Amino acid sequence: MADTLDELRDTLQQCIHCGLCLPVCPTYELTRRERSSPRGRISLMKAVAARELEPGEIFAKEMGDCLGCLACQTACPAGVDYASLIETARAEVETRGLNDSPSRSFWRWLALEQLFMNPRALRLAGRMLRLYQKSGLDRAARRLGVTRLLPKSLRDLEPQTPRITAAFSNELIEPCETSTSPPKHRVALLTGCVQDLVFSDINRDTADVLLANGCEVHTPPLQPCCGSLHAHNGAPELARELARRLIDLLPPERFDAIISNSGGCGSHLRHYGKLLAGDPAYAARARLWDSKLRDIHEWLIETGCRPPLAAPQDAPLTVTYHDSCHLAHGQKVVRQPRELLDGIPGVTTVSLPEASWCCGSAGIYNITRPETSAALMERKVGHVIGTSASHLATANPGCHLQLARGLADAGSPVELIQPVTLLARAYRRESLT
Amino acid sequence: MNALLDDLRQHCGADRVLSEATDLIPYSFDGTAELRQMPAAVVFPRSTAEVAACVKSAVHHGVPIVTRGAGTGLSGGSVPVPGCLVICMVDLKAILAVDPAILTLRAQPGAITADIDAAAGKHGLFYPPDPGSMRVSTIGGNVAENSGGLRGLKYGVTRDYVMGLEVVLPDGSITRLGNACVKDVAGYSMKDLFIGSEGTLGIITEVLLKLLPRPAARRTMLASYDRMEDAARTVSAIIAAKIIPCTLEFLDRMTIRCVEDFSKIGLPLDCEALLLMETDGHPAAVADEAAEMEKIALSHGARDIRSARDDAEALTLSSARRNAFTALARVRPTTIVEDVTVPRDKLAEMVAFIAETAAAHRLQVGTFGHMGDGNLHPTFLTDERDTEEMGRVHLALDAIVDKTLALGGTITGEHGVGLAKKAWLPRQFDPASLDLMRTIKRSLDPANLLNPGKIFDC
Repeated sequence: MADTLDELRDTLQQCIHCGLCLPVCPTYELTRRERSSPRGRISLMKAVAARELEPGEIFAKEMGDCLGCLACQTACPAGVDYASLIETARAEVETRGLNDSPSRSFWRWLALEQLFMNPRALRLAGRMLRLYQKSGLDRAARRLGVTRLLPKSLRDLEPQTPRITAAFSNELIEPCETSTSPPKHRVALLTGCVQDLVFSDINRDTADVLLANGCEVHTPPLQPCCGSLHAHNGAPELARELARRLIDLLPPERFDAIISNSGGCGSHLRHYGKLLAGDPAYAARARLWDSKLRDIHEWLIETGCRPPLAAPQDAPLTVTYHDSCHLAHGQKVVRQPRELLDGIPGVTTVSLPEASWCCGSAGIYNITRPETSAALMERKVGHVIGTSASHLATANPGCHLQLARGLADAGSPVELIQPVTLLARAYRRESLT
Repeated sequence: MNALLDDLRQHCGADRVLSEATDLIPYSFDGTAELRQMPAAVVFPRSTAEVAACVKSAVHHGVPIVTRGAGTGLSGGSVPVPGCLVICMVDLKAILAVDPAILTLRAQPGAITADIDAAAGKHGLFYPPDPGSMRVSTIGGNVAENSGGLRGLKYGVTRDYVMGLEVVLPDGSITRLGNACVKDVAGYSMKDLFIGSEGTLGIITEVLLKLLPRPAARRTMLASYDRMEDAARTVSAIIAAKIIPCTLEFLDRMTIRCVEDFSKIGLPLDCEALLLMETDGHPAAVADEAAEMEKIALSHGARDIRSARDDAEALTLSSARRNAFTALARVRPTTIVEDVTVPRDKLAEMVAFIAETAAAHRLQVGTFGHMGDGNLHPTFLTDERDTEEMGRVHLALDAIVDKTLALGGTITGEHGVGLAKKAWLPRQFDPASLDLMRTIKRSLDPANLLNPGKIFDC
């Protein structure tokens, strides 16, 4: 991964500005201004690389306005690597200090350099947050107005803070689990950060689905962040450090596959080769890592997922599926989750209009750009309600939280669920039938 | 310029006027390679009255005007001229009315071409012109460039579907040309003057389009060939058999490779040419024609024919062709696409000439296009930063243009002249024709402020 746009001149030149990215770009659709389109942003990056434009506040804002959904990358017949471009542009914005302010620097330092660099600290913060939520202090603080001490963007979001789970992944999953002997495959399971704090049950479900499909599952109890948050937010050096730690923790040569169940993490995780290309000690292993990295749905279809014999619940379900951007556009995993859902007894699937249009979660976009994020969420929620499905399936913690909140706000009874959870429930009920 | 900016803010509101470098850079180009020029300002009007007010102010201040839609043009028609005001029509995007009783559709110029066809489709109707960029391009741009598309062979081009226009003239007056009558011979057909005028005579602010009943059936087939001339012979034989398919498009080997690399739809990579054939109309006629076309293709050297089983596969096959131009950009940093068109019976000769010319100048070329109507898109794969290679590209283009004209063809079938083909226009037209065009331009735009320097110098 490059640190400056200047190093990416060839990638920039590959955009022939044909405009085929315009109709798939959510920010262009909202603004209809070229600056907020992929080819517009690329033209600005080109101008910065060629030193024709001194990047300033507007440039910094525009690079931050991009959702990073990568729908443009799917639409681009020329194959422009937009993911690298936007990450590098943001790194350049940070290096040049174009976004700096004391409070932003503090929160950035706390999140990127402390919490998400240290899984113990992150879990400790999670425990404290859970106590705060469990004790009812959160509601009290809101009532008393203490939350007014927070910066405005965080204050607005505070009531939306996800509920932290009682037990983290390491309390639910043994470091090594197996159900058949000999196992067909030996896999490593990545537990993620938000996934670990909020959806550790989905990690358990993922392990169960892998076990039901003959895998020996290795799940180290304490795993570092994959670094996607850092790479997407202009901190490539920290992202490299985290990639090296994860490769050391889960040596790719020891596994048939390394499994990710979070669309956003997976999209970053499978590009360690590019990230560490300049590191002679890790470059080769990083490439091997990439070749072993699999999204859970991709892995299950690739290895011939055993169809469950039971339904996940007694009552029939109607499920519609929302593509996580980084699963669909970043990893090109589109048909596999749908095929898995189609194969579950008792589940009827209905298609969702604009299924691969961003829901506005987009990493921390709902914090940095709450208005755009809300507009996209409402659009998505409208489509979901229009399908009359009972459940909305998705496979990324960010989308899951965003849409659960959006549907609840809209008073919709549609429940959020992940495909692996439905699969796991179905497998668990096999013994009952 | 500051005085003009003040006027524009008054007319349209401050948030609809851009003048910062960071806002303007994304408007300094369109879909054409090599051409780049910064405008002085960009304005986004929301009504015909606002367009007229912007035109009057710009003319008053002596500032040239370039009209822009989605900026997908391939001849530099919407590339700014120095110090100009860009009037961008994307916020005038409403489809105003569909009238199924008289088969018409009224739309603002910023409406997306594909949305127009979709709106027609809701009434069982059809807007046939389908330029490659139809999901992005605007109808105003299509009319200004008289765009073609993949269905030109059977259905013609944009001009054949324009019944009326509302145009803001260079003096800021508003005129409505044409009407919803199928027959109308009152006076000169002034709307026709503005179709394909590339923004040099007026600004289109509304269009009245003719629609057709939507064909009830469609069949899409893809034939592969070991020799390009067999594909060309197939096309001639189909037309000689008195079949007019809606689409007969070809891709050469280089283009096939790039498209397959992008779309992974199982195109054969070891053949020299693919021919995309589509017939539409009454189900019985479509079935007959499809069978006949298949037979003709096989008897003219097709080694395999893939027939789309359903609409989804048909769409996949036709989008393979639609993505051809951009997919070619996978190979080299710059793609220079040409648009030469020859009488249909000269097509095989022209395709062969392009390949020879590219080889002679040591250049990579991918050629695709509309085999049924003689419209070719030789696309040179190069690097605009390499001046020596660019010199060879321009020599090759020159030779291709000369050959086209020698065969009785035209330098542009559907992309327009703009800036990219301006130098070649005098080779195609005699001095009297060029003078006639200049006379028209001068009488409508005496100050030469509307897209000046496009098509020809005045």
